[in-house]
Amino acid sequence: MTNAPTPSIAAAKQESGGALGFYGVWLLAAVALVVLPLIFSSGGSLTSFSLIGIAIIFALSYNILLGQTGLLSFGHAVQYGLGGFLAVHAMNAVASHNWPIPLPVIPLVGGIGGLAFALLVGWVMTKRAGTVFAMISLGIGELVASSSLILRSVFGGESGITTDRTSLMPMFGWTFGPQIQVYYLIAFWVLVSAIAMYALTRTPLGRICNAVRDNPERVEFIGYDPHVVRYLAYMFAGFFAGIAGGLTAINFEIANSAYLGATQSGFVLFSAFIGGTAYFFGPIIGAILVTYLQLGLTSVTSVWQLYFGIIFIGIVMFAPGGIAGILMKHRPLIRAGTLGTVIPSYLVAAIPTLAFALGIILTIETVARFSGGDPINLLGIPFVASAPTTWAAAAVLLVGGFLVARITWRGVAEAWDRAATVARDRGYLA
Amino acid sequence: MAELIVISTLNGVLFGMLLFLLSSGLTVIFSMMGVLNFAHASFYMLGAFFGYQLTRWIGFWPALVIAPLLVGAVGMAVERYGLRNTHKHGHVAELLLTFGLAFAIEEIVSMIWGKSPVDYRVPAVLDFPAFTVFSTNYPAYKIFMLVVSVVIFIALLVTLKRTRVGLIVQAALTHPSMVGHLGHNVGRVFMLVFGVGSALAGLAGVIAGPSLVTQSDMAALLGPILFVVIVFGGLGSLPGAFIASLLIGLIQTFAVALNGSLASVFGPLDPSLGASPLTDIWNVTIAQIAPILPYLLLVLVLIFRPMGLLGTRES
Repeated sequence: MTNAPTPSIAAAKQESGGALGFYGVWLLAAVALVVLPLIFSSGGSLTSFSLIGIAIIFALSYNILLGQTGLLSFGHAVQYGLGGFLAVHAMNAVASHNWPIPLPVIPLVGGIGGLAFALLVGWVMTKRAGTVFAMISLGIGELVASSSLILRSVFGGESGITTDRTSLMPMFGWTFGPQIQVYYLIAFWVLVSAIAMYALTRTPLGRICNAVRDNPERVEFIGYDPHVVRYLAYMFAGFFAGIAGGLTAINFEIANSAYLGATQSGFVLFSAFIGGTAYFFGPIIGAILVTYLQLGLTSVTSVWQLYFGIIFIGIVMFAPGGIAGILMKHRPLIRAGTLGTVIPSYLVAAIPTLAFALGIILTIETVARFSGGDPINLLGIPFVASAPTTWAAAAVLLVGGFLVARITWRGVAEAWDRAATVARDRGYLA
Repeated sequence: MAELIVISTLNGVLFGMLLFLLSSGLTVIFSMMGVLNFAHASFYMLGAFFGYQLTRWIGFWPALVIAPLLVGAVGMAVERYGLRNTHKHGHVAELLLTFGLAFAIEEIVSMIWGKSPVDYRVPAVLDFPAFTVFSTNYPAYKIFMLVVSVVIFIALLVTLKRTRVGLIVQAALTHPSMVGHLGHNVGRVFMLVFGVGSALAGLAGVIAGPSLVTQSDMAALLGPILFVVIVFGGLGSLPGAFIASLLIGLIQTFAVALNGSLASVFGPLDPSLGASPLTDIWNVTIAQIAPILPYLLLVLVLIFRPMGLLGTRES
């Protein structure tokens, strides 16, 4: 939503952009959240928006760890899931005791659930960063996910625990039965959480988190304990993940052990990393894209998860800054007015790259549908998976696309170097 | 009871040796390159599926040799074209690359061979009971698995400790840049070690496939346990990995075999609390908590001895 997480750029932007631009972004986001369901009012799109909203909170909370503090977690779904379970139990308790607590407060309960678990295990987990933290988070994740199947009275075993969101006290005449009301509830929490998490990056704690990520030793020398900083970051991340979990519980009216599992942890990692962890708005892009693809691809292909894996590997290898990183790389060029010199080389490179991508898709679908299934519909052309012509087309696209793309990307690199040199001369690029 | 102990010990040692086939490669790769290879268990799975496919085409014995070599080749390609290019982006990127690979390999395997278990059978030559302990027939194939893993273990030990290649590998573990200065191609050593580690994982897959279930989720099931083993043994320590493999193999096997619960031991003292978490814990059997035991161990080790059993460094 805004493009300034790193201190130096943030400070520079504050001076140049001013308060109007800063608040304008958030105002725009709020208006968009309100208006979206009025434009796309079908049931399917409402469900999608709700899921995307939850994914945004979840991915942003993950980025407190990965992007801000440099902690790679493979078990972030634990806090999310526990938040969801606590929210479901809270909803059932509120409904059965007729407490005067309205539904919009419930996500906060989920947040407290995530926070409580982070409080409990965080101190041990955050002793060390890096690979060890990654391993512990994986271990804790597996531990909680497997335990949830044993503690049946709390987690409801395989089937999970259900609830009824309409059984709570209505608020302003809203029962939260229709999806549109749930959407606005989620949208409200998305905005509040996103503002809170953005504000967190601007506090001294947020800044010292960045410092711990970049150089923990120096942080110790200036009198902070990196362990405490990591612990605090872990708790904040747990809190917001819990809010996302609580919203999921409200949205689906169920919590089950899949919420806690490795798949969920993997998807939040994908969202945050594909979007880009170096900028605050990166995970938002990632969450929107990943959720949208997840919803859209399932109806098109049976191997949609493989495409995620490939996109993820591609991003890790060729653009570790994610989508946000790619976008922000162009900022100095736009300012220096040299972007125009790069665009032709992009257009040239786009054609073979696209051919290569189509080759990958055709190959995957050929393998996936070899033993039967619908013909592959690629750009409106039907391909039959068992036909040798399809294999030949796939091979030509794959190999030819790769070889030509390699040459054209060299051209992009040269054009980029020239543009960057000009930008550097004009003082827009360090 | 004596029967249970003998059989479970045999099975536990067997599972432990299988774990060591995997964890040895993983821990050597980690100490050399600083990369925890998430895809290591995926290579094990690839080994099992290649073994299955090759067994159907050309028989078990050629598959036993060719499948690990294929997996080793895949591993070397991953190192050469994946990890080496990602190295400049740092360890997190490398870890994430292997994570993405593990994800993609699982999807590819389930795309080609389906999500249900494949019919990967014990070869007919080895399909007979080796001996009978008390009343249980112990299958010859399990003895074969044990022999193969012990032979590999000894071969690995001799190669590392007694040959020139092993010497260079050992030196590259601790002082990669010095080895480079002495004129060895460290990049090639890395690629070789990664390939051999993957091939060992593949071999473990080929021999474990018929005995365990060959299915597309076998990597996801074994992978986390593998990490427990190498963290428990001490990151980068081969003897530690060996002890931890056997220990976790034995613990897992014994836990699965035991059926006791708090309720069965202290039956008359049943507090009858109704449906509550306490009742769940009261009634859960040891066999049911077997899957979470490794992770409990991991958490305990990280709290009380963060460097692991025989590890020397903290991270």
